[in-house]
Amino acid sequence: MTWPALVVLAAGSYALKAAGLVVLRGRRVPPFVDEVLVLLPAALFGALIVVSTFGGDRALVIDARVAGVAAASVAVWRRAGFVVVVLVAAATTALVRAIS
Amino acid sequence: MARRESILRSAVALGAAVGVFGVSFGVIAVGAGLSIPMTCAMSAFVFTGATQVATVSVIDSGGSPLSAVGSGLLLGLRHVGYGLSLDRTMPRRARRRLAAAQFLIDESTALALAQTDPADAPRAFWSAGLSVFGFWNIGTLIGALFGSVLGDPATLGLDAVFPAAFLALIVPLLRERDGRLAAATGAVIAAVLVPLVAAGLPIVIAALGAVPVVALRRHTERREERG
Repeated sequence: MTWPALVVLAAGSYALKAAGLVVLRGRRVPPFVDEVLVLLPAALFGALIVVSTFGGDRALVIDARVAGVAAASVAVWRRAGFVVVVLVAAATTALVRAIS
Repeated sequence: MARRESILRSAVALGAAVGVFGVSFGVIAVGAGLSIPMTCAMSAFVFTGATQVATVSVIDSGGSPLSAVGSGLLLGLRHVGYGLSLDRTMPRRARRRLAAAQFLIDESTALALAQTDPADAPRAFWSAGLSVFGFWNIGTLIGALFGSVLGDPATLGLDAVFPAAFLALIVPLLRERDGRLAAATGAVIAAVLVPLVAAGLPIVIAALGAVPVVALRRHTERREERG
């Protein structure tokens, strides 16, 4: 890694983060686009949850994370607090990894 | 008041989990041959974990800095979608938004979107953004200087914390049927694409999952109007 490459990476990452925040700034868009924007976060996070639960090296893998996320979804469903959900996920995953 | 406390508690919990990964990032980066100042500068100025890990892994496996930066930026593409998702709730002044942009990450976006009262979103965004920034950078420094003092985050089960946390946070987005449909469509698209396309692209392409849901709703509404 070189310093110029790091500068490019930092500038590029910042540009990607800023792009979506500054492009509209509350400007009105056609109704169809507006409705898509309302549902965009659900689609993005649905995808992020799948990738961070099953994502491997260019493959879907089933490992201890799945047990942790499953246990955490029960906690979410039972309306547990956020910190409890996080602890349930970590403890379940660690336990399954330790015994498998 | 209770809401403020709950935002703060969630922000600290997210930050603490990220901090352990910060230590492991510091270890991997130094192991891949980055100097300690370069490792710390990356966490401060790039500040997005997946991008940083992808970049350093390419370097570690002998790739050129250019291809490392390419893989890193590919993983950063989803942030464009996050920015658009937050457009309604963040203060509109350009200068404010440019300042917020550095702290736009998975965790700050999710905690902001989790607020049922949109007025709480900026506070949630900044709490998570600053908490994660602090923990991530301190973790990186510790890892770079002292090695893996906290053990492997995976042994502690911390890799499952993020999907679980995001699931807990997006519950408000799933209250209505279309939100659930969009989340499910995005999830399926991502699952199909993970083995097929480069890391980073599945989530970006899955964002388009919102489009058929809107098209379907409009189609149904039109048909109902016609009776």
